[in-house]
Amino acid sequence: MKPAPFIRHVPRTLDEALATLAEVAGEDGRILAGGQSLVPIMAFRLAKPAHLVDINEVAGLDKLADDGKFLTIGARVRHAAFHEPVTANPLGRLLTYVARHIAHYPIRMRGTFCGSLAHADPSSEWCLTAATLDAVMVAKSVKGTREIRADGFFDGIMSTHLKEGELLAEVRLPLLPPDGKFGFYEFSRRAGDFAMSAALATYRLDGGKMTDVRVGLGGAEASPRRIPEAEAELNGKAPGDAAFRAAGEAASAAIEPLEDHQTDAEYRRDLVKVVVRRALEHSLI
Amino acid sequence: MSAHTKGSGGDGLKWVGRSIRRLEDPALVQGRGRFTADLPAAHWVRFVRSPNAAGKIRGITAPDGAVVITAADIAGVKKITPMLHKFNYKPVGQPILAEGEVRFVGEAVAAVVAATEEDAEDFADLVEIDIEDAPALVDGRAAIADGAPQLHAGVPGNVIVKGEFKTPGFDDVWTGAAKIIRCEARSNRQNATPMEARAAHAAYDSATGRITLHCTTQMPHLVRTAIADCLGIPESDLRVIAPDVGGGFGQKMSLCPEYVLIAWLARHLQSSVAWTEDRRENLIASFHSRDQYITLEGAFDANAKLLALRANVLANTGAYSCFPTSCGMEPLMAMAEMPGPYDVQQYECLARAVVTNTCTMGAYRGVSRPSITFTLERLMDKAAKAFAIDPLDIRRKNLITQFPYKSAIGLEYDEASYRETMETAVEAINVPAFRARQQLARDKGEYLGIGFATFSERTGYGSPAFAARGMAITPGWETVHISVDPSGFVEARIGSSPHGQGLRTTLAQIIAEEIGVPPQTIKVVHGDTDTAPYGWGTFASRSLVISGGATLIAARKVRAKLLKIAGHMLEAAETDIVLEDGKAKVAGTDREVTVAAMAREAYTQTHRFKGEIEPGLTESGTYDPPGTFSNACHVAIVRLDVETGHVKVERYLVAEDAGRIINPMIADGQVHGGVAQGIGNALLEEIIYDESGAILTANLADFMPPTAHEIPPIELHHMETPSTQSITRAKGLGEGGTIGPPAAIVNAINDALTPFNVEIDTIPATPQRIRALLRNATNSARPRAGGDPGATT
Ligand SMILES: Cc1cc2nc3c(=O)[nH]c(=O)nc-3n(C[C@H](O)[C@H](O)[C@H](O)COP(=O)(O)OP(=O)(O)OC[C@H]3O[C@@H](n4cnc5c(N)ncnc54)[C@H](O)[C@@H]3O)c2cc1C
Repeated sequence: MKPAPFIRHVPRTLDEALATLAEVAGEDGRILAGGQSLVPIMAFRLAKPAHLVDINEVAGLDKLADDGKFLTIGARVRHAAFHEPVTANPLGRLLTYVARHIAHYPIRMRGTFCGSLAHADPSSEWCLTAATLDAVMVAKSVKGTREIRADGFFDGIMSTHLKEGELLAEVRLPLLPPDGKFGFYEFSRRAGDFAMSAALATYRLDGGKMTDVRVGLGGAEASPRRIPEAEAELNGKAPGDAAFRAAGEAASAAIEPLEDHQTDAEYRRDLVKVVVRRALEHSLI
Repeated sequence: MSAHTKGSGGDGLKWVGRSIRRLEDPALVQGRGRFTADLPAAHWVRFVRSPNAAGKIRGITAPDGAVVITAADIAGVKKITPMLHKFNYKPVGQPILAEGEVRFVGEAVAAVVAATEEDAEDFADLVEIDIEDAPALVDGRAAIADGAPQLHAGVPGNVIVKGEFKTPGFDDVWTGAAKIIRCEARSNRQNATPMEARAAHAAYDSATGRITLHCTTQMPHLVRTAIADCLGIPESDLRVIAPDVGGGFGQKMSLCPEYVLIAWLARHLQSSVAWTEDRRENLIASFHSRDQYITLEGAFDANAKLLALRANVLANTGAYSCFPTSCGMEPLMAMAEMPGPYDVQQYECLARAVVTNTCTMGAYRGVSRPSITFTLERLMDKAAKAFAIDPLDIRRKNLITQFPYKSAIGLEYDEASYRETMETAVEAINVPAFRARQQLARDKGEYLGIGFATFSERTGYGSPAFAARGMAITPGWETVHISVDPSGFVEARIGSSPHGQGLRTTLAQIIAEEIGVPPQTIKVVHGDTDTAPYGWGTFASRSLVISGGATLIAARKVRAKLLKIAGHMLEAAETDIVLEDGKAKVAGTDREVTVAAMAREAYTQTHRFKGEIEPGLTESGTYDPPGTFSNACHVAIVRLDVETGHVKVERYLVAEDAGRIINPMIADGQVHGGVAQGIGNALLEEIIYDESGAILTANLADFMPPTAHEIPPIELHHMETPSTQSITRAKGLGEGGTIGPPAAIVNAINDALTPFNVEIDTIPATPQRIRALLRNATNSARPRAGGDPGATT
């Protein structure tokens, strides 16, 4: 479990980082952020990048700011940054609640929000969050800056539409309405493991009825996404057991389930039904 | 949490029975321990392992500049070939490096030697092995199916061990029974996952031509014997040292081919060579365990008294047979100990081991007993259900209460407390209060369950027990040498070889008790074949009983000699002398002499003894006991989330009896660690092969040991029934912790499942398996809520 040889570059500025990246990207150069996914993969020799562009010293990538419309999260912001709410907007509490479910404390001290998105594990809580809230990804390269919406960002298991030489410099999460509600639930066999299914829901109440409902699902399919069939069961309805169950059923029927040795398709559908309903129940607490 | 109920143990003892701190720990907790992987080496080895489960090796291509060793290079090295002279055993030899064909994914095919670990791994990456893929035999049942491919030329039908037993009166009793209850149990494959994976370091001494092999093992002397045999060299040319060992749990009691190769390489290169296994290798290529199918039937009379047991045990032992025990270990132990703590005099058993294209099985803490206890305790719960009586009552009717007891197969059970530990546990857990809580929860759509496991555990058995298996190498006894050196300090050299369990401390306590010096001043030396007497090491909950017994014998001799010397020096009768506080004192007077002064006298003033006392102060003891049975009752309370299949162990309680307890804190630690591993066995850990024989669980995210979050506080109650079969009165307790949890937890899950009319008889009882049962259940109760299993602090 020793990684194959590589050269580590430690740029100090964004321009330097992008230039280095442009130079080495063609030779399987990779960005090193928190290293909590990349380093294990290298130790297993599933990846053998010849160059690592370590962005941990790059000035300015630690931005974490609420501009009244978006929460902007820079590439050096760690999971642990969200242990306490980072904004008074309900999004702050949402991120704090979700963050507790990512791995274990030492991993959260190093792993980054943007690294999770770039890594695109189907079970990643941050990928689910980005997909549910329609985050905007800001990708930079020597060629310029590109904004990518979440629904056009993920490309299956551990794959994104980031291009060679692009750095995910920041992610913009839209703030929730001040009266926005959220609920989250994930299932894993051991604490800290990747979710075998996870759901995030947000909505507002308008005259006792749910509106602007978003239901996102992670860990169930190749990429996290919103599930319109579940949202349709909720929009315009009063929150409660009947609607929540219907949403769970709808999501369970709508998915193309991932299968692995601990989760066959039927079991995945069982879990989806439950995590969607429980995420919605959590929104009432 | 721990409560001790004293039996007749602890009577006026000064050091035995006290929770003194472990003498091992100051070095370990300050990072000053020394492990095999800490040693520097001139050469490092990386093994190239087979990606295929079966097939002929067509070619091995080495990259330029790499030193690659294959079977052809080590043609003179003998295969590892354990032997049983009974039970239709078919010997098979395991080549040190795959020879001509591969038999499991992970089998070492070549060894790459380089200056650093990194270089070795880089080169290993470039070695190409060309294997003509053949179909893989993965499952134990598939191995005995008609038309199954044959793995080894000498093993027709792939059955490598077959034990059969039947009491003469069996058939009559069977046909006359009121009810026959049946349990089809499946115990899936596990890996012991010691924190320190395997490692070996061999150095050549150019002056003597000797090799010193450091390795992480539970039995250094046997490693020496076996490697000397494989290499065809005198044992005196090989010194084996087990330095600090980071857990073994049985995985390190079998000889691994890798160690043989490292020793060979050091001789070949006349240099130092090392190998440190990584976790992935450990999971795919170190010894596996527990892979069994067990069908158990019980014949009961109308009063739910068990009359006869019939067992069919099929152990999937992997590609080869482990040395020295052989792969008879799991099925033959199952055959011998299946009836457990219950009184049943009619017994029939068919126990087989089969070979497959999977990693070889070895020992893992509890060997077979977690699986058989699970099966037997499921059977008891099923019987209770069939008779509509309480699961505790069926145990009350059937537990052995008269001792000594001779089992149907002929094992002699010494006095134990099967009923008493169970009643202690029952009272402590408060069953009525639980049942009320369970009902309230059910009304809210929440499912709780309680499960019990009562079991006996044969521990500390000497050579006769192994001889009964017909082992060509029959372990058993232990020797201890105790010296008081001329400076007055005590050193014990022991043949056993601890792997982290605190044996240095407990043996020092036994010596301290006899000769009246503080245990903290006693050195217990082990693990080095140059300095320790021949011994068998650590396994089968034997070290405290057997090495402890040998220690006591030697310590009593030292005590006798000290009394003699003191009598001489103090001019007093030996019977008037007491040994305490590092001195010999004449009772009722102020006359005394220190142990140090006596020791000095014993070496340097022997002329004064006038030939009445032999010079020097070294004694030895050897002990080879028949074996003694520990016992316990484990209780689990679980919360089952019926929607996800998730099981949370809410409460876990152990009432156990291991005879006299030498150090209660160490005993508690043994049980805690064992239960933690047992929880993994019950709910989480499983080595899974796909149909092609590839392992799907080759890291600790997929092979899932429990974390601190999954382990509840463990409540302990100790009872002490001093053993008559062990001179220290202690019974073994190294394995008991792991034996009970699969049974207790899965019984609790089944209790929680009662309203749904489904049962699970497979370990681990994974959420996927539980959901598959519930999906097809007739009762569609509407459950609620379910905690937050994914969050961490
Ligand atoms: C035991 C364990 C448990 C875990 N459990 C969970 C869990 O439950 N949920 C979860 O979501 N994660 C989990 N993780 C993964 C963890 O959250 C990682 O931190 C995260 O997936 C990746 O972030 P990183 O900063 O560590 O990225 P790195 O490991 O440094 O990089 C990951 C990949 O993303 C690329 N990359 C990183 N940053 C950028 C960027 N700014 N632009 C473009 N590409 C980039 C890298 O080149 C690499 O390919 C776990 C990890 C471990 C070791």
